[in-house]
Amino acid sequence: MLGRLSFSAIPLDVPILVGTFLGVAIVGLAVLGLITYLGKWGYLWREWLTSVDHKRLAVMYIVLALVALFRGFADAIMMRTQLALAYAGNPGYLPPHHYDQIFSAHGTIMIFFLAMAFMTGLFNFVVPLQIGARDVAFPFLNNLSFWMTAISFVLVNVSLFIGEFSQCGWLAYPPLSESQFSPGVGVDYYIWAVQLSGVGTLLTGVNFFVTIVKMRAPGMTWMRMPVFTWTAFCSSILIMVSFPVLTVALALLGLDRYFGMHFFTNDGGGNQMLYLSLIWAWGHPEVYILVIPAFGVFSEVVPAFSGKPLFGYATMVYATCSIMILSFLVWVHHFFTMGAGPDVNAFFGIATMVISIPTGVKLFNWLFTMYKGRIQFHACMYWAVGFMVTFTIGGMTGVMLAIPGADFVLHNSLFLIAHFHNVIIGGVYFGYICGMNFWFPKVTGFKLNEAWGIRAFWFWFVGFYFAFIPLYVLGFEGMTRRMNHYDNPEWHIWMLIAEVGAVLVLLGIVCQLTQLFVSIRDRNLPANRDLTGDPWNGRALEWSTSSPPPPYNFAIVPHVHGLDAFMHDKENGIDTRHAGGPYAPIHMPKNTAAGFFVGAFSFIFGFAAIWYIWWLAAIGLIGVIGTVIARSANKDIDYYIPAEEVARIENEHSRKLMAQAAE
Amino acid sequence: MSDLHTSPSGESHGSVSSYIIGFVLAVILTAAAFGVVMSHSLSPSGTLTAIAVLAFVQVLVHLHYFLHMGGGSEQRWNNMCFFFTVGFVVILVIGTLFVMNNTALHMMSR
Repeated sequence: MLGRLSFSAIPLDVPILVGTFLGVAIVGLAVLGLITYLGKWGYLWREWLTSVDHKRLAVMYIVLALVALFRGFADAIMMRTQLALAYAGNPGYLPPHHYDQIFSAHGTIMIFFLAMAFMTGLFNFVVPLQIGARDVAFPFLNNLSFWMTAISFVLVNVSLFIGEFSQCGWLAYPPLSESQFSPGVGVDYYIWAVQLSGVGTLLTGVNFFVTIVKMRAPGMTWMRMPVFTWTAFCSSILIMVSFPVLTVALALLGLDRYFGMHFFTNDGGGNQMLYLSLIWAWGHPEVYILVIPAFGVFSEVVPAFSGKPLFGYATMVYATCSIMILSFLVWVHHFFTMGAGPDVNAFFGIATMVISIPTGVKLFNWLFTMYKGRIQFHACMYWAVGFMVTFTIGGMTGVMLAIPGADFVLHNSLFLIAHFHNVIIGGVYFGYICGMNFWFPKVTGFKLNEAWGIRAFWFWFVGFYFAFIPLYVLGFEGMTRRMNHYDNPEWHIWMLIAEVGAVLVLLGIVCQLTQLFVSIRDRNLPANRDLTGDPWNGRALEWSTSSPPPPYNFAIVPHVHGLDAFMHDKENGIDTRHAGGPYAPIHMPKNTAAGFFVGAFSFIFGFAAIWYIWWLAAIGLIGVIGTVIARSANKDIDYYIPAEEVARIENEHSRKLMAQAAE
Repeated sequence: MSDLHTSPSGESHGSVSSYIIGFVLAVILTAAAFGVVMSHSLSPSGTLTAIAVLAFVQVLVHLHYFLHMGGGSEQRWNNMCFFFTVGFVVILVIGTLFVMNNTALHMMSR
């Protein structure tokens, strides 16, 4: 009846998990109770959970990403604490079975649910506004993508309290991940969580590709597109091309596990090396999917706070596109030591080094944008400059690892761990937080507190170096990754320094939370309000509308006359908004609960498949199909905002602009 | 610009008869592939070649009848996307063959 699920699957014997469960339960009940007490369930359901508005979905994605950050970071600091303790006679406090789940969950969560969700949140908020569109091309699919991502994250967290998570690292290499060596449900949780969130990601890729190709405002030619939109475009292409490879690789692994097939087993003609090739044919483009939009953020932020146009717009576009293509030619550098010969390794080593050329072009473009600019050291600029320094170091260690000979020494060591955290924290995370500081007033109508933003930056920046420079050293000293315990006395001091770094990063996260709290508390102070919609003297179209933007974004779709469309209009005295009309009724998509229900049934399906509860899986699958059919048959999916309502909203914003100008 | 969400793309979405022709062709090609394997009428290498040819024709049938690809000017984006995808698939397939074959030689994994 319940498949593999029994009462013994609940880890009551692990005090850490019981404590976590109590904590989650108390906080969860408190949040639910507060919503009930405030009577906000209807509001939450109608205005947010069922929303197809790209701006609302963006906020939900970023909230999801921040929750994932807490979970992922909790895993990180637990690992660091274990390694600070587990030296010589002390076994530490995490037994290997638990520790292995933690590092697997850390990687999975940070990539799929922090980074991907944050990136999708930024896409959602910024891209339609930057290209002068009223929503994305497929608003319902956008909502569905969000729910597929959200339920997958819930699935990963359910594994904390029911059963176990994968112990095979974030990419679940066979043969360890085959049922012969991992008979439990851990790998199945991993497979289903990644597969279901992959559906959401793929739909996001399609959605933004079509949006950018089809829905740009009149006059916005390709070479007038803001750089962030370009990076979102290249990222979407990479998503569409690479995520199917991940889906197939994990599906084959799933066939091995569920039906006893032999794609990647040692016996029966299987070849686990093929899995490495497939998973990295997705995995390498994936890191570029994440970092290219971060480059886009810096390309928006640096000009805005340097008071100059971006240096070398065209080279920025070409560099982005060449990184996109090259990212598909380098995947073997993740397994140089697998046993391919020198010709294969030399090809992929050189291809990898070539990527540093367009990346270097970008870095010089940002530096030349700052050169002789009127730089304001806003919190965003701290993250941007911190990125340039940190990412350059990460890039250089990357080129070191791209030398196959050096890789034979350094592979699988903490040097590698230090390298990719160097580029992912220093590139992706700094970029996304920079973007959050930059676009926050556009989302909410008030600015993020700058003092706390700068404090958060310094803790993250210094904490990063404390946490990861020791890992470079340890890598040279021969310490391998994923160790639970060690006896070498020379390593201990470095692990203690890394622990200090982790604590500093924790303080950085605390500062970020304080920043959010203080900003929301002081949101009505005049200095914090963004009444004009253009707090930074911005250059692209998103700054031409009000903050927060009206549901329809643009009452009259703007006409684009040049690169940096809004700055061009400001300099030439053109009213981008066409204030005063005449306004026409605006056609908008209606909110729908279908995405939520497809997500909920997919969750049931995934959970049931993990535990072999086949009748429940059938219910889940029928629910998904039924909801999709019902949604397809629904003709009542759109409505018009009347012209009078548009005029009322626009005139109110004009009054605010006038009042602001009079001051 | 007010009906961005529901306006059709202006491209042909096929007719019932073209879908039926495509479906029948797809079924015939699938059945033929199964038939070649199950009847053992060809040598092993001949069977592989036959399946590969049938699969390739199957792809063309899908592209023409279901994805409505053609040479018209309104098809520019479709064709560009298609050739881009083919490029990436070629990189992946040729690259994987190159890598796995080389690895097999060195590691004697087969």
